[in-house]
Amino acid sequence: MAASLDDTISQRQHSPISWIISRQTFWVFVAVMLACVALSLATNTFASPSNLFNITRNFTFTAIIALGMTIVIITGGIDLSVGSVLCLCSMVLAETMQAGASIYIGIAAALATAVVVGAFNGGLIAYLGMPPFVVTLGMLSIARSLATVVSNNTVVFKFGPDQAALLALGGGKTFGVSNPLIYTVVLALITGFVLRWTKFGRHVFAIGGNEQGALLTGVPVRRVKLAVYIISALSAGVCGIVETGWLGAVTTNIGTGMELQVIAAAVIGGANLAGGSGTAFGALIGAALIEIIRNSLSLLGINPFWQGTFIGSAILIAVLFERIRRLRESD
Amino acid sequence: MPVLELNNISKHFGAIQAINEVSLTIEPGEVVGLMGDNGAGKSTLVKIIAGNYPPSHGSMRIAGEPASFHKPIEARQRGVEIVYQDLALCGNLTAAANVYLSRELHKGFGVLKILDYAGMYRRAGELFKELKSETRPRDLVEKMSGGQRQAVAIARTMLSEAKIVLMDEPTAAISVRQVAEVLHLIRTLRDRGVAVILISHRMPDVFTVADRVVVLRRGVKVADRPIAESSPEEVTGLITGAIDRIH
Repeated sequence: MAASLDDTISQRQHSPISWIISRQTFWVFVAVMLACVALSLATNTFASPSNLFNITRNFTFTAIIALGMTIVIITGGIDLSVGSVLCLCSMVLAETMQAGASIYIGIAAALATAVVVGAFNGGLIAYLGMPPFVVTLGMLSIARSLATVVSNNTVVFKFGPDQAALLALGGGKTFGVSNPLIYTVVLALITGFVLRWTKFGRHVFAIGGNEQGALLTGVPVRRVKLAVYIISALSAGVCGIVETGWLGAVTTNIGTGMELQVIAAAVIGGANLAGGSGTAFGALIGAALIEIIRNSLSLLGINPFWQGTFIGSAILIAVLFERIRRLRESD
Repeated sequence: MPVLELNNISKHFGAIQAINEVSLTIEPGEVVGLMGDNGAGKSTLVKIIAGNYPPSHGSMRIAGEPASFHKPIEARQRGVEIVYQDLALCGNLTAAANVYLSRELHKGFGVLKILDYAGMYRRAGELFKELKSETRPRDLVEKMSGGQRQAVAIARTMLSEAKIVLMDEPTAAISVRQVAEVLHLIRTLRDRGVAVILISHRMPDVFTVADRVVVLRRGVKVADRPIAESSPEEVTGLITGAIDRIH
């Protein structure tokens, strides 16, 4: 009897393989790989070095913010302000550098802006109990308006003495790989590490699973939620800096509608809007799928007006698969 | 020496007298069934012991030392653990993660500290074994039965070598077979020398597992009897007021 109890307790329900194939992220990954193979065969242009370089760079702008968004979504929250925060941080960077400051000062100012905005969002949500949807919807409007005020609605394309350094930061490459891709991979590794191996990451999941329970058990729920919105705003700020360096100009339209694309990437990658699940790798894969859809439509000569239909379908299919899997499990 | 002593504890919220001059003594390894109708003051009394709020009057001692709590964490540090009615578990985390929630084990590489998964799985497995519960540390709580969930919530209280475990309606929402499992878990705690206060509406549970029954009615303690000397009929009479009180 004692032995059988031991066996039961030490038994694992899943083998590593059955665990992997039960993941939504895995199937989206498979879809991405199949799409890449099919596009390589169907077109001459997809697998060309320059196209691959473009895809791996373009997807990073969605991916970087999707990493921050995924953490927010795991807690059961949402951050609708990221597109506007990206714009505000870009504008702060651009205006600071245009005024003659070094790139370090510019980046510090942009990131400080992100921290302030994130702390404002997180403070209202965590300490005053306001709904994340409402708070960040308000910030979506506020941040873009502030960016317009700061720039007086002008386009900034001169970045002072460190202009070359900024353009290299976002537009350059290292060992044949675009710089934004390197930042994205590093940020994804950090995010994945934090989610899996730290107490903070564990608490992020706990809050998404049962916020009230986590609170009763002694999880510092308010502090974690505050931190999560600061991280999300920081991811938007980092993306704003990199994207500014790549584009070489900032308008007050930068990042418009970005929040929806980022949320789409996170959801396709397996983050559940009800909270409690999501991964850094999923955020990357979701962002990659969106970029591949966009890229392939233009390569295949399909009218780009169809883009939204394909991306929307990808969201629905990914979540539908997850739903079917759950229904089958509960039978 | 009693592990818990309540001396003339009263609690009022504005004009409402929730608890009136309640005294209670519990020895280590004793299981006390706390019974009473809705609004009799059971939850208030338990929340005072658990540190959710201080009493208006009266004093409390834990293991002989005076205790006055203002936050649940203070009670926890003194060895008072509570198993909430809804168990406060996170379904998306494993059993081991729930047991160690907010008390995670770490292993360090210098300044960098990471979660000690292996250590937490192993120790949680040992706790489940002590509880004689077929609960796997790596399983997600959302896939578990009610009895296994109770085992996870109770294993939490064993991490810190609790002296007193307060259980709020642990058998209210689970199947008959699982009730037996939970009563078994309570006995396991008792055998480890833990004092258990079991709040329950279910007469059979209290009479199966408790050593004593304490009945509250309108904030007043109307009975404190060894189970062997009482009966379900008597307790029902005390709860409803058909029997005024027994000393």
